[in-house]
Amino acid sequence: MKNRVHGLRKQRKLTQEQLGEIIGVSRQTINAIEKEKFDPSLPTAFKMAKLFQLPIEEFFFFEEDK
Amino acid sequence: MKEERKKRLIRLAIWTWSWVATLAVATFGPKYIWEENTFWTTLAIGLNLVNGVLMISANRSLFNHYDELERKIHLETMGLTLGLTVVTGLSYSLLDQTNLISSNAEISFLVMFISITYLVTLMINRKRYL
Repeated sequence: MKNRVHGLRKQRKLTQEQLGEIIGVSRQTINAIEKEKFDPSLPTAFKMAKLFQLPIEEFFFFEEDK
Repeated sequence: MKEERKKRLIRLAIWTWSWVATLAVATFGPKYIWEENTFWTTLAIGLNLVNGVLMISANRSLFNHYDELERKIHLETMGLTLGLTVVTGLSYSLLDQTNLISSNAEISFLVMFISITYLVTLMINRKRYL
């Protein structure tokens, strides 16, 4: 799944550590999400949506496996 | 979050080391300390068992503090370790039963195998995701 978490985090001048603290995951998890190595759970995605004040589909883009 | 993690890790370390210590006492005590006295042997084994349960509880408490990615990494690691251990352990046991190896299939080899497999698989999984 593609996402633009990195850009949104930078816009809000947050470090990975700070974003992780706010939504309750580790810095490494934020890094893995930004690098698109790991897709977060629905509760984590909703927490991000609340923080970024955007609907989930505005920053997570589902792609069917080819 | 970090402080809480540290606290749970320290608790697990304490219970793990005390479990190892009570295991050593239960193993060597009958021969070297209390000369096969049944009461002390039963007490030592019981103490080791209780300590083991507390160690598992501390491990569970640490696991519950992991976030979703850490859980995924550890669950995949545990699954792979379990599968490899069952398959390798049974093959190893068969080698012993059919006398294809001269030594006895000891449980300690299995414990070492589990530890090494867990460590290697954990490193591979961490590299994959982090």
